[in-house]
Amino acid sequence: MAKLNINGSIRDVEVEADTPLLWVIREQVGLTGTKYGCGIAQCGACSVHINDEVQRSCSIRVGDVKASDRIVTIEGLSASRSHPVQKAWAAIDVPQCGYCQSGQIMAAAALLKRTPKPTDKDIDEAMTNICRCGTYQRIRAAVHIAANDTSRT
Amino acid sequence: MKKTIRGKAAKLSRRTFIVGSAAVGGGLALGFNLPSGFGPAVAQSANEGAEVNAWVFVKPDDTCMIRVARSEMGQGTITGLAQLVAEELECDWNKVKAEQITPGRNLARKRVWGEMSTGGSRGIRTSQDYVRRGGAAARMMLLQAAAEEWKVPVGELTVADGVVTHAASRRSLSYGKLAAAAAKLEAPDPKAIKLKDPKDWKIAGKPLKRLDTADKLDGSKVFAIDAKLPDILCAAIKDCPVFGGKLASYDEAKIAGRPGVRKVVKVKDTAVAVVADTWWRAKTALDALPIVWDEGPSASASSAMIAEHLKGGLTATDTNGERGNGERGNGDARKAIETAAKKLAAVYGTPFLAHATMEPMNATVRLSADKAEVWVPTQNAEASLAALSEASGVPLAKCEVYKMDLGGGFGRRGGTQDYVHQTVAIAKEFPGVPIKLIWSREEDQAHDFYRPISQCRLAAGLDASGNLVGLHVRVSGQSINATLNPAGIVNGKDMRQLQGFSEQPGDAQLGYTVPNLLIEYVMRNTHVPVGPWRGVNTNQNAVYMECFMDEVARAAGKDPLEFRRALMSQHPKHLAVLNAAAEKGDWGKPLPAGVHRGIAQFMGYGSYSAAVAEVSVSDRGELKVHRMVLALDCGHAVNPGQIAAQVEGSVAYGLTATLYGECKVKDGRMVDLNFDSYQIMRLAEMPKVETVIVPSHDFWGGVGEPTISVVAPAVLNAIYAATGKPVRQLPLKNVRLV
Repeated sequence: MAKLNINGSIRDVEVEADTPLLWVIREQVGLTGTKYGCGIAQCGACSVHINDEVQRSCSIRVGDVKASDRIVTIEGLSASRSHPVQKAWAAIDVPQCGYCQSGQIMAAAALLKRTPKPTDKDIDEAMTNICRCGTYQRIRAAVHIAANDTSRT
Repeated sequence: MKKTIRGKAAKLSRRTFIVGSAAVGGGLALGFNLPSGFGPAVAQSANEGAEVNAWVFVKPDDTCMIRVARSEMGQGTITGLAQLVAEELECDWNKVKAEQITPGRNLARKRVWGEMSTGGSRGIRTSQDYVRRGGAAARMMLLQAAAEEWKVPVGELTVADGVVTHAASRRSLSYGKLAAAAAKLEAPDPKAIKLKDPKDWKIAGKPLKRLDTADKLDGSKVFAIDAKLPDILCAAIKDCPVFGGKLASYDEAKIAGRPGVRKVVKVKDTAVAVVADTWWRAKTALDALPIVWDEGPSASASSAMIAEHLKGGLTATDTNGERGNGERGNGDARKAIETAAKKLAAVYGTPFLAHATMEPMNATVRLSADKAEVWVPTQNAEASLAALSEASGVPLAKCEVYKMDLGGGFGRRGGTQDYVHQTVAIAKEFPGVPIKLIWSREEDQAHDFYRPISQCRLAAGLDASGNLVGLHVRVSGQSINATLNPAGIVNGKDMRQLQGFSEQPGDAQLGYTVPNLLIEYVMRNTHVPVGPWRGVNTNQNAVYMECFMDEVARAAGKDPLEFRRALMSQHPKHLAVLNAAAEKGDWGKPLPAGVHRGIAQFMGYGSYSAAVAEVSVSDRGELKVHRMVLALDCGHAVNPGQIAAQVEGSVAYGLTATLYGECKVKDGRMVDLNFDSYQIMRLAEMPKVETVIVPSHDFWGGVGEPTISVVAPAVLNAIYAATGKPVRQLPLKNVRLV
């Protein structure tokens, strides 16, 4: 039994404590925007925010998550795709297949929270998620667009 | 009775083709009518809208639902095909929605939507004619409906943005108001359909935004791996890690009592699956299950043994054909090289590669008393349908495939449908219960149909002036056709492995004219299954030809661009693209200290590609790819924005292969099972990519694949320029550059 704060809701889940948070989010909580890609924290498709930090949820045991930890998944990032990162992604058609993009968007949102005006080097260091369609060039451009979004609070 | 339009394709109708799972040698024959006329419209209730023809369904609010038969895997085919229909339909692009049809519907309507297979960069180029005709026919019917409503000649009507106007009487009606009447009309005579000249395009040819971006931004897009159904159970699977081996036994008692586990299922002779209430419980139980494999005859195979096997093919005389398992040529290359003033030779090699789609292989199958269903990411929905029917024994007419957009395809999810066969085998143990099989990343890496391994020996002869007088290319390696399509090997010749070296124009023609030329393929198969991998054999063959061309140019003392140009006068389209890349890529202009350029060109999928790469190599041998300019002539460019996206993506896919891609074989099995050892390029390594679309509006070429082939050779040639040493074996991670 674990108590999780996901997207502002408290969820009680009945699950083994060593289950990765990714699979609890997908299978017990039922939020499937967070993706499985590798299971070993290499690809970042499973990226979520925990207390505003981006984390690879495939490699976090649910038993190690505290009830007070604020987990945000892609579904909870904004209402109606209004986060500057989501708007920037839409503005220049970043996604191709889209499978990795939840994780990319969560990584970018965390970067901008930490570093509101990232340099290319900041982006290189923060955006380490794998995209097999090869959207990297547009991801970089979209992070800059989001950073310059004047509507950002 | 309504007449159906019979376009020029109709004479090819009733062709029989095989849709099936080539990997298991099966297949089901389906009658195949090329999409000819959008058949009889299916009656619809008027308050929901009306199907004007198979391609166009119009709702009362003027929303135009445009049907798309090809699979979307990120390449943008939904948007591009909808643009082509909408262009002829003259509807309001802001009111267009794409609707994907299922293979069951297609079959039930005598394949009115034509082929659904999505590979070989064919999505747009082989369906553009009939989808445009579909849009045009629908427009003509909507106009006719207005003419009949107003009792005026159709010639007095105009249409724009889905509104038909009769100027003389100042009347207008939108498509939403006309669709129900239009649907009752006869389809027009095909001879009356005149397609627009592409220079008049307003919707097609424009860099419009994709139709399918929104739900990729908030996690709401449902991939097959996300499928939710009542009472669903999940399965994890392990197939014998050694190709050709079998399952010997497993000790089910050791996992008895684990939470959520419902059953352990033997899958065919080679695999075992655990079914549980969640995938994680199934996966961890499977990991805990003791399994004994009968590893079969290839249990000692290794990369070194395979390399020796291929090496033998470079000099062998005992090939099946007279000169090889496929060849082309002119003159006497061997003699010309032998007697040349200067000669050189080199051996190149490229490894097995995995597709590594981000969404691993998966399928969800439900077998009910009288129905079989699968939810699956597939590049070939009709092959999925055939696999479902074949594996379940349920007749095709009672099978349905819910085609989900793919989390990457790259050639992995085409005809084989191995994961559908597996899922059906498991679902048979659970009648009426949906079974979702998900492969772990490790299983995905261990059981791909890999890009074929090959080696290539090239030899060239130069005359005293440095002109190329003879070229001999011999590729020794594995055949995709031998694994997947034996019928593709004709009279012992497998020309597919020589993709890009063709003498024939149109698809994958070699862009050079050499007075004495011999290009041979010698088949050397292994126990590892191989298949198409984005760009397929153009990738390896472009490395061989284009890197060696730089070696020859250097031996001739000539600039690589000028050396190529001298061989390309008979190939103006190849040359134009090469020149476009060279110009945009600043060939010959000064570079910052330490930065060097490389160039390459190649043809595949009916399109012409060239690239210029700028790289630097540090004193310690560290490579940095700074910039890549790619030029592409794909004929008609339906969506330049998405073409650029495909080109950018092809750089990442091609560069990953160049830098890191390698599936090593040890003890008969794959050993690079996850992204820690099977490395994938990250954003920091992405060069600045500039795309040049070279206008050439007289043919339809592919887009998704062609440019990958020039990425590796352009980079390798730039490295050669930087270090003076040619790189002949990929990937670069194994090569000391200085």
